[in-house]
Amino acid sequence: MSDDAGPAPQARSVTPASAAGRSLFDSYRPLPGVPDELCDATGSMRPGWAPLIDHLSSLTQKDITEAFGRGEQHLADAGVFFRKYGDENAASRDWPYSPVPVVLAQSDWDTISDGLIQRVSLLERIAADLYGPNKLVADGHLPAQIIASNPEWLRPMVGVKPRGGHFLHFCAFELGRGPDGRWWVLQDLTDAPSGAGFALENRIATTHVFPDLYGEANVHRLAGFFDGFRKALRGLKGDPASRSAILTPGPLTDTYYEQAYIARYLGLPLLEGGDLKVTNDRLHVRTIKGLIPIDVLWRRMDGMWSDPLEFRGDSQLGTPGLMSAIRQGHVTMVNALGVGVLETQALMAFFPAISRALTGADLKLPNVATWWCGGASELDHVTRHASRMMIGTALTTRMPYETASPHAIGGTLFQSDAVQVGPWLAAHAPDLMAKELVTLSTTPVYEDGQLVPRPMTLRVFLARGPDGWQVMPGGFARIGAGRDTSAVSMRRGGAVADVWVVSDTPVPTPTLLASASDGPFRRATPEALPSRAADNLFWLGRYIERTEGQLRLLRALHGRRSEGASGPLLDTITEQLAQHGVKADAPIPEGLRRTLGAAVQAASQIRDRFSVDGWAALTDMEKTLTRMQATTRAGDDAALATGVLLRKAAGFSGLTHDNMYRTAGWHFLTMGRALERAAMTTGLLARLADRAAPDGALDLAIEIGDSIIVHRQRYATTATRDTVIDLLALDSANPRAVRFQLDVLLARVTDLTADAPLGHMTDFERGVRTLQTAFAVHAVETLDTTSLQSALSEVLALSVTLNAAFLH
Amino acid sequence: MIYDIRLIIATDYAGAASTGRHLVCVMPRDLGPEQRLVAGLLNLHPVPDQRHDRTDFFGNALVEFALHTPHKGVEVSVQARVARMVSQAPIIEALPLATLPYALAGCRDMGPDSPVHFCAASARVPRDAAMTRYALSLVKPGMTTADAVLAIGHALNTDMRFDSTATTVDTPAEEAFAKRHGVCQDFSHIMIACLRGIGVPAGYVSGYLRTQPPPGKPRLEGADAMHAWVRAWCGPQAGWLAFDPTNDRIADNSHIVVAYGRDYADVAPIRGILRGSGGQRSRQSVDVIPLLSGDDAN
Repeated sequence: MSDDAGPAPQARSVTPASAAGRSLFDSYRPLPGVPDELCDATGSMRPGWAPLIDHLSSLTQKDITEAFGRGEQHLADAGVFFRKYGDENAASRDWPYSPVPVVLAQSDWDTISDGLIQRVSLLERIAADLYGPNKLVADGHLPAQIIASNPEWLRPMVGVKPRGGHFLHFCAFELGRGPDGRWWVLQDLTDAPSGAGFALENRIATTHVFPDLYGEANVHRLAGFFDGFRKALRGLKGDPASRSAILTPGPLTDTYYEQAYIARYLGLPLLEGGDLKVTNDRLHVRTIKGLIPIDVLWRRMDGMWSDPLEFRGDSQLGTPGLMSAIRQGHVTMVNALGVGVLETQALMAFFPAISRALTGADLKLPNVATWWCGGASELDHVTRHASRMMIGTALTTRMPYETASPHAIGGTLFQSDAVQVGPWLAAHAPDLMAKELVTLSTTPVYEDGQLVPRPMTLRVFLARGPDGWQVMPGGFARIGAGRDTSAVSMRRGGAVADVWVVSDTPVPTPTLLASASDGPFRRATPEALPSRAADNLFWLGRYIERTEGQLRLLRALHGRRSEGASGPLLDTITEQLAQHGVKADAPIPEGLRRTLGAAVQAASQIRDRFSVDGWAALTDMEKTLTRMQATTRAGDDAALATGVLLRKAAGFSGLTHDNMYRTAGWHFLTMGRALERAAMTTGLLARLADRAAPDGALDLAIEIGDSIIVHRQRYATTATRDTVIDLLALDSANPRAVRFQLDVLLARVTDLTADAPLGHMTDFERGVRTLQTAFAVHAVETLDTTSLQSALSEVLALSVTLNAAFLH
Repeated sequence: MIYDIRLIIATDYAGAASTGRHLVCVMPRDLGPEQRLVAGLLNLHPVPDQRHDRTDFFGNALVEFALHTPHKGVEVSVQARVARMVSQAPIIEALPLATLPYALAGCRDMGPDSPVHFCAASARVPRDAAMTRYALSLVKPGMTTADAVLAIGHALNTDMRFDSTATTVDTPAEEAFAKRHGVCQDFSHIMIACLRGIGVPAGYVSGYLRTQPPPGKPRLEGADAMHAWVRAWCGPQAGWLAFDPTNDRIADNSHIVVAYGRDYADVAPIRGILRGSGGQRSRQSVDVIPLLSGDDAN
């Protein structure tokens, strides 16, 4: 991949200074005594902002609303900010998007990059010491208690040297700009930092807001950073035949969608602990083709949950034996287990001295002044200056206000029964640390037609490449809600904004698209599908098809009721629905919602394999259904509503059928649908084509089988048992027929097992072939209710044999 | 004192388990002059597909093994010969309780025996106000750390009722303390919480205990059990004092050490047993056979 790919950007002024001038700047009023990102101390505009401010000033308020709307729309579609699935407020984001980016000049950025590379290198040395010789403690640079009592210091890692020699590969830092204009490190995020996907998403949203400006404003691109990181992950592999993957705690994590997003972007599988298995000291992923070696894991799961055998025994998320594979040097963790200890709040108190002791140099970027209250003189200092401090648990990786533990901010106690800070501090001193209360700089936010200053912090990401640490040229800014610039004001929430690092000269514009310079084109081999993903796709197919079948039954029921029908035929429909666990007691029954909910649940487990449109179609259908549950009346209204939902279901099916790449995942989705439809139609015929079925049952079967027109054209007669069985059971050209769906299953299983050894047939394939043959040779006369019923149980049994065949 | 130790821990699953991975911590430690492991053999059934013998952070002997084929259960058996030679010398130079924090604050040792690992709450021993209050009520001014350890251990032995059916291996220490009952694991966890609550580093010791048959009766084969007791740090000179709260006595030549940890979670005899689906049945038989009663003659 080349940084030169794409059109060369031109260095030229973006928007000619218009009559509007810089009205937005002229009306901007920074807070007195607070450094501002847009305005320097003299009131002049800082370098880099002019094109953006000129551009914004040239737009009408309507233009701006439209432009910002495009960014919002993009984020809503991508869903990356959404919280976990099932959250009642899934539509509202924790940190809404603020479309005005924070602009940083190249020189500012160089200072930050330089300082963070020094810091992350220091952290690497500290990690190596804490899990190695422990000289920092022995030489008195760190109190032993801070490490030995620390839940993040993982004893099984002591003495373990990470393969390749490095503990840290991907880190993030939270920064703020202090009153003197210098940048401060507020928080080190070394264990499993989140947010890289947010940064990327924000950037894409911003390009939608400022499409022309962005192309010409010399903003450093993020793609090169991610490309470098992807290459670095590849370079960490010990075995070229193995894979890299992202390890996730699963869909119940707050940042799951962000993880799925970054997995899709980097083309890495998103795996849960249960997908992994350790055999012969090596890590593998369970796939439909058996165990495939994994040898690099980008970990988004906290270390102590990762192996229930050696860390928390109650962890359901981990992989037993992972630590053993690490100990044997067969897997590289990004980052190594146990580096969460570096995030410990109290450690910041010791970093400045450790930096001098280990490297002879001061920290280029200071961190917030911190004191561990376990030392007598420190305790005295903190007690005397408590009103200027934030005091909280020493051995935690979270900011005091993010925890439920007692803490004090500016002399006021929270979460504590104690009344006064002094005695509380004295009683718990060794367990506490204090940080100076810092104030932040402000950045402009667009509100009610003008720019207003709001406090902000910066999150910056670093990744280790073959040639050392690379800093993502950008990141994101968290923006406080009000005018209070103390750092703790951030706890009340706010917004996120893109960060533009602006160069004086044109910037390279790399993308993740491969360029010709990589050598001859080679099509990538498709990855083996993880068994869990295959299982979820299979069940997604089944539940979606089941939803559709239930909708057809409901539509038939409501249609007939609205025409005043009653009697045994309607009872037949309600019985058939009851067999699915759907009680037809409401126009849009709860049982139907549960079926669709199960489909969405299955899909939510595999967000990384799903197109944005497919997911949107599915959740839109769920929302519509839920809304209809509240409003739909029985009878005609309900018949119409089910019609609307059926078309939405068809929309989702169309999206997957037309757009989904024909890999193993599609095979499983398709097999799920085919199996479910075969089962539903067989069950329907066993009831409605039975000799004892009530009058009208055969017409009902044709209607639910969506085959009214073709029946009329084909047979030119009223429905008889023979015509119905022929059309809905034995016809190989009717997609609603059982035979057709068995043909589909056969075709999928043939594709899936194409490279299986000759002469080896799974029970699943045998079952499919047997059933398909049976329906191919049946005549309408021989397919009576008894044989339909036994066929139904054989179809359902396929679900079990499929499991045994592929989903170990 | 020389012992032959025989142990069998077996788990039978109701159904077959397709794979399994376990950590076993049952082999007596070699502690130098105080306890020698003369010979030790640990066998596994079924024969595992993989086995690693190693030591953990605290120096305990661990066996990790994996089974990749379906099996109905696992059985661990140990045969070991141990020489146990604890001196019965009185505890000397235990620090006053009041000065212990200063000794701890100056500690720069991160080695496995350092007291710094045994101060904070751990997985099975939380900080608990009730247990801390209980311990404080037993501490008298001027007590040495060793005095406090003995006083708390004795008081717990008096106030708690030994009941082998009242608690399980998962019962939280707070609950066992509130009801003042339990087995050696509960007694030990509670005593550790009490000691840490008043600033004394304290850890969990798992091991074997020689049991004396009733006078005139022969020793019953297989009737012994794995045991647990406590060790507390009394200062840089005095070091660790091991106390058995279940039996209200300082650990002696009848106590054979298997493992040191912060609590049970660090030293569980076998980890990774499948729970739930179908249920399982566990069997344990322990024999502690005294061979040579050299010091009994004294």
